[in-house]
This record gives sequence, structure tokens and C-alpha cells, in this order.
Amino acid sequence: MFGTGLLKGLGVTMKHFAETFIDDRKPMPSRYADSIQLEHGRRIIDQPITQEGLLTIQYPEEKRLLPERFRYIPMLLWDTEKGEDRCTACGICAKVCPPQCIWIVRDSDENGKPVTRPAEFFIDAAVCMSCSFCVEFCPFDAIKMNHDYELAVYDRYPQLVYDKEELTVPLEYYAAMWPEQFAAEQEALRKAEEEERAKAEAKAKAAEAKAKAGKSADKPKRTPEEIEAMKQKAAARSAAAKEKAAGGADASDKASSDTGDDAAKKARLEELKRKAAERAKQRKQSEG
Amino acid sequence: MTMSEATAAAEGGSAVGVQVAAENPPVDGAAEDAVIGKWAEDTQEALVIAPDKLTAYLTYLRDRQGYDFLSSVTCVDYSAYGGKLRDGVDERFELVYHLYSTRKGGGPVVLHVRVPENETVASATGIYPGANLQECEVYDLYGIKFEGHPNLRRVLLWDGFNGHPMRKDWKEAYHEADTKPFRSRHPQGDYQWHEDKIPWGKNTTYPTGWDPDSWRAPITYVPVSQAPEDAYSDEFETESIVVNLGPHHPSTHGVFRMLTRIKGETILALEPEMGYLHRNHEKIGERNTWLMNMPFTDRLDYINSMSNNLGYALAVEKLAGIEVPERAQYIRVIMAELTRVVNHTWSIGFILNDLGALQTPALYAIEEREMILDLFEEVSGARLMCNYMRFGGVVRDLTEGWEDRARYLANERLPRALDELDRLLSDNEIVKARGRGVGYLSAKDLLSLSVSGPMIRAAGVPYDIRKAEPYCIYDRFDFDIPTLPEGDIYARYYIRLLEARESVKILQQALRDIPKGEVLGGKGGYTLRPPEGEAYQRIEAPKGELGFYVVSDAKPNPYRYHVRSPSYINLNALGPMCVGYKVADAVVILGAIDIVLGEVDR
Repeated sequence: MFGTGLLKGLGVTMKHFAETFIDDRKPMPSRYADSIQLEHGRRIIDQPITQEGLLTIQYPEEKRLLPERFRYIPMLLWDTEKGEDRCTACGICAKVCPPQCIWIVRDSDENGKPVTRPAEFFIDAAVCMSCSFCVEFCPFDAIKMNHDYELAVYDRYPQLVYDKEELTVPLEYYAAMWPEQFAAEQEALRKAEEEERAKAEAKAKAAEAKAKAGKSADKPKRTPEEIEAMKQKAAARSAAAKEKAAGGADASDKASSDTGDDAAKKARLEELKRKAAERAKQRKQSEG
Repeated sequence: MTMSEATAAAEGGSAVGVQVAAENPPVDGAAEDAVIGKWAEDTQEALVIAPDKLTAYLTYLRDRQGYDFLSSVTCVDYSAYGGKLRDGVDERFELVYHLYSTRKGGGPVVLHVRVPENETVASATGIYPGANLQECEVYDLYGIKFEGHPNLRRVLLWDGFNGHPMRKDWKEAYHEADTKPFRSRHPQGDYQWHEDKIPWGKNTTYPTGWDPDSWRAPITYVPVSQAPEDAYSDEFETESIVVNLGPHHPSTHGVFRMLTRIKGETILALEPEMGYLHRNHEKIGERNTWLMNMPFTDRLDYINSMSNNLGYALAVEKLAGIEVPERAQYIRVIMAELTRVVNHTWSIGFILNDLGALQTPALYAIEEREMILDLFEEVSGARLMCNYMRFGGVVRDLTEGWEDRARYLANERLPRALDELDRLLSDNEIVKARGRGVGYLSAKDLLSLSVSGPMIRAAGVPYDIRKAEPYCIYDRFDFDIPTLPEGDIYARYYIRLLEARESVKILQQALRDIPKGEVLGGKGGYTLRPPEGEAYQRIEAPKGELGFYVVSDAKPNPYRYHVRSPSYINLNALGPMCVGYKVADAVVILGAIDIVLGEVDR
């Protein structure tokens, strides 16, 4: 009969309408069941795969809980325990980057000798294609993907060319954002260290045994005069380093009082830490 | 095409399931002296054909050997080739043809035609009309002229573009280096935008003898009537006019133009105009290293980044001989089939949108897409640009609980959703009235126009690469190739629903059998240098036959990287399908081809 197809289709639409309407009239609609309530009516929604009915997320008031592997723009890790960048300026990330948006300048010591530390690190976020190859091929776990996707600015340049300060985040931030991967990495690191230690111990034991066995055969490798000369040299070097460090600290103090750059950096780091803590809290809430 | 022919095609195709080895076609008679050699001994088999005998040999292959499907026509500029395979060959260009048989199934016949600079070649359009757009592309990007081509024009670039960009000696205005990684993007240490280096008007060159001021968009190729004079009844005296549908038009699914000649409401002729989104993907691909191309393939057909990844990974694996672990094989199939469901529900929704059923079917159809994209995001980190496959497997293992969620989707949610779509749309009288008998083209015509995928299956040709030339582990799964005999809009809508159901069937089996183990094997990292040679790998992408043709000269960058994109080549049929129908039908006919402009323009 003509029209049965139409009626059948209308039945489907009615079913959808009823489902969503009734669900939405409830004091707690089902899509908010696992969500995290934040202040000012904001929510983070963890949409289960069984969700039926209304699926719309009212961005920006409501946001999705991002999965751990979500990738957006890379970030650099600051090892808070050791107080240094994890990055060694090896340049592999810049090499594998498909749009070639990473630019690194390696730092050098007072003699102009390059050291394993970046002086500058730029990522052009306008060009970055979020492929995460830099993360995959970084041998030092120094670069990871950030989850922060609200990056809108008025101008491409210079706002979207991120420098080292803007890219660097503390390790805790990363740990809160990528808990599973972070745990796995720490585990691997711990194992490697243990192995190293075991190896070193074995070596020391072997050396000891060797020393015991052939003490008389051993000869001092350097004459006392040589050793004395080396000691003097080392003392001179450390003194120079100390002097420089003091001078450097002065200089940086001056710079910060002049421009307030450092204060801004600190504020940013604080902000990032705060965000990390918030995220960790969210995660905890969502888990238990 | 009559019914008997349709059944003949269907019967011929039923043998497709049996894998037929790619046999060398026996050479006889007229075609005998066409073959003048072999491309190379130890790479994929290919015949070198004398340029003047090309059409004779193609005719022979089509009529005597049953190679009825011209899959890919492309060109390689060998002027900068660093390998040893071509020692002693002077000709600069090499045209490469890949032909398949939809009746026999199995592998291709690969033909190479060597062309010196500034020489013309005979066009294949007389034998395979499907060569039309592909030859236009070769002309546009390489500057090789085809004799006998009905409408050889610049198809992706405009007439004022100086040079042919895929030639190895063509450099873009902001050229930095031939290959990545670049030595330094910022040689003086200060930051520069590339677009600042191409100030239009100062740095732009035009072809010699071409004047931008006097130039008018050519309407010389606006097709004259292809319809018979009595295709419409004219009670009024009307004149035919040329109308542009697009480029900015909601019905074109992107920036795409349909140049039509209409009389009243009836379309007399239609010519697709594209290239607005052209970014020379293939040139970028030649400058990238092998691995760097992977995220770029995401941006081709951005609805199905997973299957683009898969096609490219398979092509390079074929070239470099990389093995894929068992678990990764299963994960790849699962991802490819999930993305097929995504594509087909999306496409069904938007065919209905084009029909005038605004948004309701589309939004119902993409509800499950949301869940599938969540699953993609969980494993790969992104919903659309997944960048998930690597040479030798996939980049990361599935997360905990992912398989259970996918099983719930495959066993309960997706079948239910597809049934609901079926109930909502298939019996609808309006859909039937608008879809039945509209945009008809016979199976024979479609095949000769190199159309592939759901389009030909909706015309009764049971040809599916997953069965005809199985890749990955598709030969282990039990699924059917649904076909419908009608070859109209309604069949093209319905076939997608049926195919999505078959995909769900594959998903159920794959998720049941998936083993534990490694997901990434082989040495397919960023320093990959495949051995010298060429490879062509095609997969059954949701939109049709997606092929990747790669040539290596054992360097870290591909020497040639070509994408045989189904969306682009399926547009061959757009003009012939629209002739004689109304303007409003043309919108739906385009919708039912299911194009994505990222893939059309590349």
C-alpha cells in the first residue's frame, strides 16, 4: 500500500524523538551519568559506547573526557627531579617531522663546544600536523603530545610559533595526562637502571677480585706529579665554574627584574601544574 | 545494456572468488610485435610496449584477453633517476598502465610506454573511455600530449599555470631542497613564512604567450548536447544555456564545479571541473621520506584515513618485502571495516540530504559513526587523521577493553543501527520515486569508464578486490559481495547498506579470532630505503579501488608516489550519468558517487 514506507520511517523518527525527549526531561539525563561536574555549570562528559538517545555535547560548556592517547601539539618535558630538560637536542624529531615544523638550536658551553641541551626549541603549531612522529622516535622520552586543544589566537605569527618556554611542561603534568604510558615508561626506566646497577656491581666485584689476585703486579698508571697537576687543573676549573654560575645568577636576576619574563614563565609553569593537578583529580573521580 | 548482458556479467564475475594467478597474456598476431621488452627482471612484472602499437595492444587485451578494466594510467619522469634499472634507456617519460580483468580476477597486466620529451602518445580513450580524466591529469602534471583525446585540458591546475609541476625539474616558488629532511628551515635563524616568499604578481610566471588580462575562462569545452534531440518534449521554444553548479554550492560536497549545458530543466551535457583543493600531494610525497607520507595519506579521503593508511602501507610493504605480524593483520582488517561502516553510513545520510531529506537521516546515520570515531581516537589518538598504520603493522596495540567495546558495537549496536536505517529509508516512497531509474548507466559502460566500488556493484558486477585479489587476510573471512541489478540512485543507496552489513559480518569474525602478540614487525622506520623497483597495490576502499603506485630508486625518498583515487576516477561517469535527467537529479547523482574532494583534487 502506498504510504506504508513513509509511516514506517515516521515510526523510527517518533521512537528517536520519544527516547531523547523523555531522557532529556529527567533531572539527570543519562548522558550525564558518568560525567564530572565542574564549577559554573561546566562538565566533562565520558560518553560510554552504550549511550543512546541524545548524543550532542554542548561545547564549550561541556567537553569530552579525552582518551590518554589523544594527540594535539607536542610538549617538552622538564624533569623536575633532576631539574633539567629531558631534551638533548639530538634533532631526531626535527628530522622525522613530515611538515618540518620543528627547529632546534643546540646549546654550547663557554668554550663554544656543543652540549646536549637545547638553547632554543621552536614548533610552528600552524604547520604541525599532529602526527606524533616526534614522540614515536624520540630516544629520550623528552617530547610528548599535549592534550590542550584550545589554542585559538589572533595572529599566526608569532603566537603560533611556540618557543621552548611555551612548550616546556613539568613531568607531573605529563604523568597526570598520560598515566598509563608514564607508568610503563617509569617501569622500563627502573628496570634499565637496575640492570645498569647490577652490571656495575658485577664489574666492581670482578675488578676487586682482579685487584686481590694481582695486587703486586699493578703499577700506578700516573706519576704523583701528574696527579698533582691534574688536581690543580680541576680546582681551577671548578673555581671558574662557580664564578660563572654566580655571575649568571646575577645576570638572570637582573633580567627578570628588568622584563618580568621569568615571572611570566613561572606563572605559566604554575598554571600548567595546576591544570595537571586538576586533570589528575578528574581522572581519579572518573575512575572511582 | 540488456538484462541478458547483465546476467552474463554477473555470471562471469561469480568466478571472481577463485584467485586466478596473474598470467602473462599469450602474445599473438597483431599484438606480437607490440611488446618490445620487459621493464625489469626482478621487480613486479611489466611489459614495455612500442608507443605506436599501444592502441592495438590495448584492443587486443580488452577483446581477446578479457582485461576490461583500466585501473590506472600514470607517468613517471625518469630524468633524475638514481637507480640502475634503467641503464641504457634514453626516453625521459614512462607511461604506466595497469589493467585488470573483472571476470577473471587476479593480478594486473602492467604496460610501460617509453616517451621522449615533446612527443605525443596515442590516447587510450578510444578503447577505455575511463582513461579520460587520468590522461588529462598526466597532461596537466607532466605535459605529455595524447593524440585522439576528446578533451585534453588542464584538469587540476588553471591555464595560467606555468610549467608542469610533476616534472623533476619543476620547482615551486619557495623551493628549499629537493628532499626532506631539509638541512635547515631557517638558514639565517629568523622565522619566515613560505607564503611571504611568493608575493603574487611579482613572483608569478605565466606560460609564454599567455596574457592574464585577456584571458577568459574557456568555454570551448563546454560540451555540446550528448542527448538525443527527442530526450525531452519541448512545448516551449527554449534555448540551451550553460550553467555552473558550484564551485560554492552546498550540493557539491566541497569546492567542486559542474559545468552543465541545460535546456529548461534537462541536462544536455555535464563536465566536472575540479582542482580547487589541489595541493600537489604527489609532489609533496616525492619530497617526503617514505614514512612521512603516512600522515599525508590521512588527508586524501579524510572520512576514511584508516583505509588510506592501509593502502599506502601495503604498497610500501610490497616494495620493501616487509612482513606483518598476525595480530596487526587482524587489527588492520578491523580498522578498515570499521571505516567502511563509517563511510557507508555517512554516504547514505548525505545521499538523503541531497535528495532533500535534510539532516534527519544524516544525523541518525552518523550516530554510530560517533562511537566508531571514539574507538579510533582511543587507539590512535585522533578521530579523523588517525595515522595509525606503519610499514610492518600498526603503531600501537589496542587499549585495554577496546576489543570488548568493539565487540559490543559489531555484535549488537551496528546491526541494530543498520536495521533501523533500513526501516527508516528503504521503503520510503519518496526515496523510491526520486531514486528508481535515475542516473542509470549500464554495467558495461561503468566498467569501461573505470568506475569501481559500490557504483559497479549496484549495477550488477560482483567485483570486489577483497575477493578478486585478496590482500591482508581477507581470504580467511566469510562474507558475500552484495550486488543489485538496477544501476540507479536507489541501488547505489541500498548497496551501501548491504555492504555495511557485510562489513559488520567481517568485524564479528575478526574480533572473534584476533590473536595476541606483536603489532609491529620488520624494519619500517624512518630510515627505510626500499630496494629499487616499482609496486602497485590497490585495496577495496569504501569509495572504490584505491591504488598506490610507488617507484623507488633505493633512496630514502620515494622516486614516484602516485595515488589512484577512486573519487577522482569515478567522476568519469558523472557526465554520462546525468545526461537527460533534471538538474535536481544531478545533485543526487553526484551524491551517490560519493566523492571526497580531498581525494579528487589531491
